[in-house]
Amino acid sequence: MWQELREELFPKGLEIVTVGMDTAGAEACRPFIDAARPQHPSLIDVGHRVAELFGVVNIPNGVWIDEQGMIVRPAEPAYAGGLRQRGDTVDMPEHMREIMREAAKIEVEAEAYVHALRDWVENGQESQFVLSPEAVVARSAPRDRSAAEGAAHFELAQHLWRVGRQESAVRHFREAHRLQPDNFSYKRQAWSLAAPGTGAFERFWQGPVEGREDEWPYESDWLTEVRAMGAERYYPKLEL
Amino acid sequence: MIFDGLQMPTAEFERGSGWTLKPEGACRAEMCVPLAGPVGEVVDVPAVAEQLGMPVVHDVEEGMWSLGPAFPAGHALSSAEAPELELPDLDGNLFRLSSLRGKKVLLVAWAPY
Repeated sequence: MWQELREELFPKGLEIVTVGMDTAGAEACRPFIDAARPQHPSLIDVGHRVAELFGVVNIPNGVWIDEQGMIVRPAEPAYAGGLRQRGDTVDMPEHMREIMREAAKIEVEAEAYVHALRDWVENGQESQFVLSPEAVVARSAPRDRSAAEGAAHFELAQHLWRVGRQESAVRHFREAHRLQPDNFSYKRQAWSLAAPGTGAFERFWQGPVEGREDEWPYESDWLTEVRAMGAERYYPKLEL
Repeated sequence: MIFDGLQMPTAEFERGSGWTLKPEGACRAEMCVPLAGPVGEVVDVPAVAEQLGMPVVHDVEEGMWSLGPAFPAGHALSSAEAPELELPDLDGNLFRLSSLRGKKVLLVAWAPY
């Protein structure tokens, strides 16, 4: 998704760095990276480090960093094009069709975002889209005691998951969700690991499997939550 | 940072937490927080975490602890200075974000789910 924009803007002084966040490991990211054939650095983050350091609470998100290493726009929804639609196949389960119908209602402001990005690359510090250091901090994700505790639980959950202690991991994923209810990466990550047996759609199922509802270990799931909040509110509006 | 005991070698704490423990206190970037008592070879993690405002959570059954982030500004960022980020690519080669100083950078977080 970013490769084309990178070709346009790299000669003008912009580098793109993509970071795939997945507790499941590098292999889960590989097919997407192989398909995108990026020329820019494409990194793997099994511990969601980038999220904790930069305040990413949903994906995809972008952060602008200038030549001196100063953040000039903190994490916000970032799209280079329309939402990626997964291939609609004849044998797609109804559950996945429902998810795709809901996802189609999600609003992304790719055009406005890319316009702002081009303006920054062209005009640097003079760009109207560059924020002051104070505004960068103030616009980054709020973090209080309970949010920080949520982050600690999320890290513990990921560690326990990776060492094969799934049941214990779920306890801490649940705590992370309770303490950071607006953090969609925490939810999507945990939900993506919780619907085994759904074949090629396992990571995108994001909810209970019909007939095995009692096995679903979380309070909510993607469809329920997005329908309740309204798909148009899934990403906050860009404040450009 | 994950740990399995309340005492930890100072060097390990520094690597995991991003703080450097000096005689004047715990320091990160240009900020130093004074600590009660001298810093030795070993850190009492809950005591230091308390003083730095970092939460510690515990799983009794697993005998594991986790140290959460500090939040001095009430936000994920406490300064506009980009934190260092060092991560591997698919082949395991480590990449440092700071190696791109002198260029503008768009850092994009994504996930395959």
